[in-house]
Amino acid sequence: MRNTELFRSTGRAPLRRALLGLLALLYLALGTAVAAAPPTIQEYTLDNGLKLIVRPDHRAPVVVSQVWYKVGSSYEHPGITGISHVLEHMMFQGTENYAPGEMSRIVSRAGGRENAFTSRDYTGYYQMWAADRLPLSFELEAERMRKLVLSKEEFEREVQVVMEERRLRTEDNPIALGMERFNFVAYPASPYRMPVIGWWEDLRAMTVADLQAWYDRYYAPNNAVVVVVGDVEPTDVLALAEKHFGPLQAEPPPPAKPPVALDAIGERRLELQLPAEVPFLAIGYEVPSLATTDEPWKAYALEVLAGVLSGGESALLPSELVRGREMAASVSASYSLATRLDSQFIFAGYPAQGHNLDELETALTDMVARLQKSLVEPERLERVKTQIVADHLYQMDSVYYQAMQIGILETTGIGWQMLENYEQAIQQVSAEQLREVARHYLQPARRTVMHLNPLTQRGAEQ
Amino acid sequence: MRRLTIALGLVVSAFATMGAQAAPPIQHWKQDNGARVYLVEARELPIVDIRIVWDAGSARDSGLPGLARLTNSLLDQGSGEFDADAIALALESAGARLSRGSQRDMAYLHLRSLSEDKALSRAVETISRMLAAPSFSENDLARQRGRMLVGLRAAEQDPGVLAERAFYRTAYGDHPYATPPQGTEEGLRAITRDDVAGFYRDYYTAGNAVVAIVGDIDEQRARALAHVLTASLPEGEAAPPLPSVAMPERTEEITVDFPSTQAHLMLGQPAIARDDPDLHVFYVGNHILGGGGLVSLLTHAMREERGLSYSTSSYFVPSSQPGPFVINTQVQAERADEAVEVLRELLQEFLQEGPTADQLEAAKLNITGSFPLNLDSNSDIVGYVSMIGFYGLPLDYLDTYIEKIEAVEAKDIRRVFQKHLDPERLALIRVGPQAELP
Repeated sequence: MRNTELFRSTGRAPLRRALLGLLALLYLALGTAVAAAPPTIQEYTLDNGLKLIVRPDHRAPVVVSQVWYKVGSSYEHPGITGISHVLEHMMFQGTENYAPGEMSRIVSRAGGRENAFTSRDYTGYYQMWAADRLPLSFELEAERMRKLVLSKEEFEREVQVVMEERRLRTEDNPIALGMERFNFVAYPASPYRMPVIGWWEDLRAMTVADLQAWYDRYYAPNNAVVVVVGDVEPTDVLALAEKHFGPLQAEPPPPAKPPVALDAIGERRLELQLPAEVPFLAIGYEVPSLATTDEPWKAYALEVLAGVLSGGESALLPSELVRGREMAASVSASYSLATRLDSQFIFAGYPAQGHNLDELETALTDMVARLQKSLVEPERLERVKTQIVADHLYQMDSVYYQAMQIGILETTGIGWQMLENYEQAIQQVSAEQLREVARHYLQPARRTVMHLNPLTQRGAEQ
Repeated sequence: MRRLTIALGLVVSAFATMGAQAAPPIQHWKQDNGARVYLVEARELPIVDIRIVWDAGSARDSGLPGLARLTNSLLDQGSGEFDADAIALALESAGARLSRGSQRDMAYLHLRSLSEDKALSRAVETISRMLAAPSFSENDLARQRGRMLVGLRAAEQDPGVLAERAFYRTAYGDHPYATPPQGTEEGLRAITRDDVAGFYRDYYTAGNAVVAIVGDIDEQRARALAHVLTASLPEGEAAPPLPSVAMPERTEEITVDFPSTQAHLMLGQPAIARDDPDLHVFYVGNHILGGGGLVSLLTHAMREERGLSYSTSSYFVPSSQPGPFVINTQVQAERADEAVEVLRELLQEFLQEGPTADQLEAAKLNITGSFPLNLDSNSDIVGYVSMIGFYGLPLDYLDTYIEKIEAVEAKDIRRVFQKHLDPERLALIRVGPQAELP
């Protein structure tokens, strides 16, 4: 939980006028700044189906190279949960031509930083280093895309590491444990209900044969997206990709099964008792993502709505609930439009001292009711848009983040082209549209409410 | 594989010459009011980062743990007629982002803004007004205190946080570094408005401030903005040096009972200050031992050989006074003893033997080769530049970095580790379930 803070819309009048003048100027500046800033993105597809996306950024002599596979926990089913993530670990444990751990040693000696990540919708591997090391990235990634060696011995040790990771991240973290249960209830039919790291029983029962089947099905050039951002020329990168990935053989595409849609089945509530020190509240509403929405403006409106609620210190939740009514120690609203399947619009927070979960829940429900009833003031809407557009520009400071953005958009089926329309789509969101998505989606029938109650004596005093 | 190795050799030598030019030039001046300003121009993106750092961290708490953090958290909560809403409104209408924070040595404000004239001026003027006369109203104080108390309790759910607190308490005894930057319940409850106002008066001065500016801005404008930012601060002086650190007399083992499935282990001791001439040698040694990620000795022993932990690492915190060297891991509670033994033996062995030639070479190649990654974004650069300013490091710190790393020899690492670390004077912390152990 980020520690977000506060706000109330009581700016003094003279200041307000001054700001309105500023806004007009700012838009002019932002318009040119943002239009000038993003370097062109180039997309290529090799004959074997591998997609390559390159964004030059010549600010520093470095490159980030990422290989993304369209597989993650949302492709899994009960009995094998966590397998995408365990496979990610095994991708460092040896191939036909490299011993376990050898790739990491090579990357390190060459001045690289490497790691990997698994999520619901994707599994990714990356190196960051001096731009002239890019050939080595491709050489290593091409090797492990097709020539992984899954040994029983390495697996049995590595799955222990993953179990320690589960203990660290989930078992011993009450918020994470609570959210794991929350997801299981909030996504009644979606594979998003299963934890990325997997259930204990599935980790214990996993075999090398399971992993081999998973690898064979999903690790092929036609299921991969390579993203390169940094001090490179797209045509050079294409030639390198042809050389290293070009010879790899495509596989039959993995079977695509449509997700089950169970809309608005009614409110669900969880009262959890966990070893914890402070109570915690989460409220999630079933919403579409940009990939699943019938009309894109709805996803952008939900994004702006999250900004109206908690996009900064002047947003509604920090202003009214942390400062004004002093109801929450911290509280936020979050929504990610970049998911492959339907998503959640989530409120989460800690009650302030002297307040309890019921009070905070009521305050949030009232806030939702207000957004369903009244239009967000024009000034506030403009401010939120300005902030979202500015943040979008600030993210360009990191080559790693630029690559992450492209990879996520590709593996969720949205496509990187969204980046080119993003600012315009945000600017087009109206106050009426905000009210409409609040009315349509922030309904009790779509809602899951979790109260996390501390088991400890001290927590019980609250 | 052979082909690969040869290609690498070529790339590395080509790169070594380039590395020397990789660090951006730093411009530096001191204002009449005593504030030290550092500027790096980076014109590619239309953004500017400004980080103001004061020697006003928890090491200055003076018996009221949490005072530095609470004071820092009140900076954007009101000043004169400007309340927290007006401050937030002014910054966010201009698209600016303000963050703030405090650790043991430093407290800071960090502004990220568009470089466009009006937006940047608006943001800088807002910060200037914030700093001119912070209200520290009783109401704001009570609210922020309450929020910090909840944060403190929430942090106590994390065995890692409990281990860290016990570690600093044990390793630093009476020294100001012993207290946690987030404060203690007792400390936070005892702090009054006068304490906060007094802390602000004493430490938030121009003479105690470093301003680091990185981004799409020239020197003339940077000078003007730095002036506006600090004009409202009293001149003041740099804070006096902190007391020196005494090494613990013997190894002390602390066990904290906690209802987790893992045991969190920390072992280490006060080790090295930021201005110590041995710093680069220590850096390379730590990189080999536990700072270098998956390939480090500690990770290899704990994760790759034994499957004991997901994460094992060592780190050190070079500070005004010697900050700690720490080995940190989490293992299944039942295997805590085994893990402690592995860690202590590895440390002992490394102190005696130092690294092999191959380990040293690999570490140097990684550190020098990855150097440009440290400086590939404005936010990275502003972090380094403010650190250079705060600790008074030479302006060519980044330019000489690679050559200093390359000069490190195995015998230097042995000598420096033996000089700064003593395995008979460790703080050894375990947090985890005690009752259920067999």
